[in-house]
Amino acid sequence: MSPERLDATFAALADPTRRAILARLASGDASVTELAQPFEMSQPAISKHLKILEKAGLVSRGQDAQRRPRKLEAKPLAEATEWLERYRKFWEASFSNLDDLLEEMKKSAKKPTPTKKKKGDSR
Amino acid sequence: MSESNKKKSDLKIFPSGDQDVVVTRTFNAPAEFVFAALTKPELIKRWLLGPDGWTMPFCEVDLRVGGKYRYVWKNDDGREMGMGGVYREIASPHRLVHTELFDEAWYPGECLITTVLTEKDGKTLFTGTMHYVSKEARESTLTSGMEDGLIPSYDRLEAIVEELKRG
Repeated sequence: MSPERLDATFAALADPTRRAILARLASGDASVTELAQPFEMSQPAISKHLKILEKAGLVSRGQDAQRRPRKLEAKPLAEATEWLERYRKFWEASFSNLDDLLEEMKKSAKKPTPTKKKKGDSR
Repeated sequence: MSESNKKKSDLKIFPSGDQDVVVTRTFNAPAEFVFAALTKPELIKRWLLGPDGWTMPFCEVDLRVGGKYRYVWKNDDGREMGMGGVYREIASPHRLVHTELFDEAWYPGECLITTVLTEKDGKTLFTGTMHYVSKEARESTLTSGMEDGLIPSYDRLEAIVEELKRG
């Protein structure tokens, strides 16, 4: 995956409406009209989002010339999310350790460590 | 690995804007406890380890604005990874800002981490925002060089652990 492509993919994924469009397309192809309905957005507004998604290679146009259904392209999405999955593994494991540690801290004392005295955190 | 008995967490990781990656997670403890776990070496050492196989034999923290911290991880197979940075803002127990740079960074420039802890009903929402120096820096964490970093090594590590378990 080229840096330009990743750039476009991440820019596309950064927007909640576009993520929602992708989620909708994951359950099946849809026309612009069909996509616009649940978002309370105008068709031009949706088209703008679709253009960005198409440029990122995340969405393509189906065969039907009349309806012009949009279709989810799974591969670039999978490539972009692969990194996030790796990141997730690190945090998932670390935070799970932290859960255990926090339980222990709660049990063993009212305060985390009574070593330092602090004058009132005023802010 | 014993992932099966773990509860599902509400961990979320997503790109934000052009240069940020955001991590959110709820902990069943007051913010004061979470903040302590984020800033006290004896506590950091016990959880910031990623998947099985890594320990943190070295952890030093100078918790004041301009103060430095340094972590060194070690893997069962002998590999080491070092990382450190400088504290920029400290507002215990709700906000912490620090820089982060791996010894063998696979992305250009330092990453600026802003951690916000929001306590509600005895639970704490952790929001960590990783701000990279540029779009390109964030992207390069996604591509080349990743093989040298801590995070991707887990894939290989897992494979090794699985092999060992099988005997």
